[in-house]
Amino acid sequence: MSREAIDRETPDRLYTITGGRSRAHTDVFDLVTLVVAESEPTPGMQSEHTRILRMCRAPRAVVEISAALRLPISVTRILLCDLLDAGRITVRQPTRSAGAQESLGLPFAHPDVLKEVLVGLRQL
Amino acid sequence: MGSASSSPGRPAAAEEPEPEVAPLRSTVREGVKIVIVGGFGVGKTTMVRSVSEIRPLSTEEVMTEAGVGIDDVAGVRGKNTTTVAFDFGRISLDEHLVLYLFGAPGQERFWFLWDRLFAGTLGAVVLLDTRRVEDSWYAIDRLEHHNMPFVVARNNFGQPTHTLEEVRDALSLDPGVPLVDCDARRRESSRDVLITLVQHVYALSSAAYGAMAGAAS
Repeated sequence: MSREAIDRETPDRLYTITGGRSRAHTDVFDLVTLVVAESEPTPGMQSEHTRILRMCRAPRAVVEISAALRLPISVTRILLCDLLDAGRITVRQPTRSAGAQESLGLPFAHPDVLKEVLVGLRQL
Repeated sequence: MGSASSSPGRPAAAEEPEPEVAPLRSTVREGVKIVIVGGFGVGKTTMVRSVSEIRPLSTEEVMTEAGVGIDDVAGVRGKNTTTVAFDFGRISLDEHLVLYLFGAPGQERFWFLWDRLFAGTLGAVVLLDTRRVEDSWYAIDRLEHHNMPFVVARNNFGQPTHTLEEVRDALSLDPGVPLVDCDARRRESSRDVLITLVQHVYALSSAAYGAMAGAAS
């Protein structure tokens, strides 16, 4: 993918896309949080919202959405917050890895997750 | 197959193509991430490409002097903003778990974004550029600062001029940190680096969780 498409974006355009909102409760959206659309786009919707709903008919990670929209991660997170607040998307929350890890204060993922990753990698 | 059978009622035409990347399986529940850190030209994207099931994509985060993100972009319209770009690829590990691999630049400004982008990362691969060892020193220092487990891989596709032991000495690398040779162009070689990393993290994690369970009983 061409980098120039994003690099030519001006802050003014990003400001317009997000409606000038300064901050959102974006913590729910990790780079690899999986997003699923819960409804079809409706006429008159902001075009970025429409595109997100279409591409998330199957689960899609936040970082993939950002790449497809050619928008920075932080802007993508704000758009996703809009859709989450409106009940138009849901996220599949990690059950064992990041969340559990942080609550225990350990810098490591759970051994069960790591074992599953190892099994998958060995099959490559 | 997948999309057609899972959405029989949807109109098939009259939509802009969205997007060109193959979708994940509908059963996928959880994404995990590994970061490959290295200087420009050392082979990060090559490594991502060699094991990824999709052509590597790229995206970016926006940063200003004051901080990171659109809030700052909105607040300092007209002032200089800078961006940090990174590549990524994807490996579906099983029906529930998908691994995302990120190729990230090791330069200074990148590390300001670490917590925002890469908190919860399983581990990191430092891809070593033997011509610029000092770049790797910095990456290793930052990973240690963030308590991020890592391995070091030398992307080596010629006759090595130094032994791995010499490299370990030059990096002052802890004896507990794995250091391996690889050829990032080769899928099996890149996969083996990832396996080395996850085995290393697994050993650390098992010990830490075991100690916690022992203390609780």
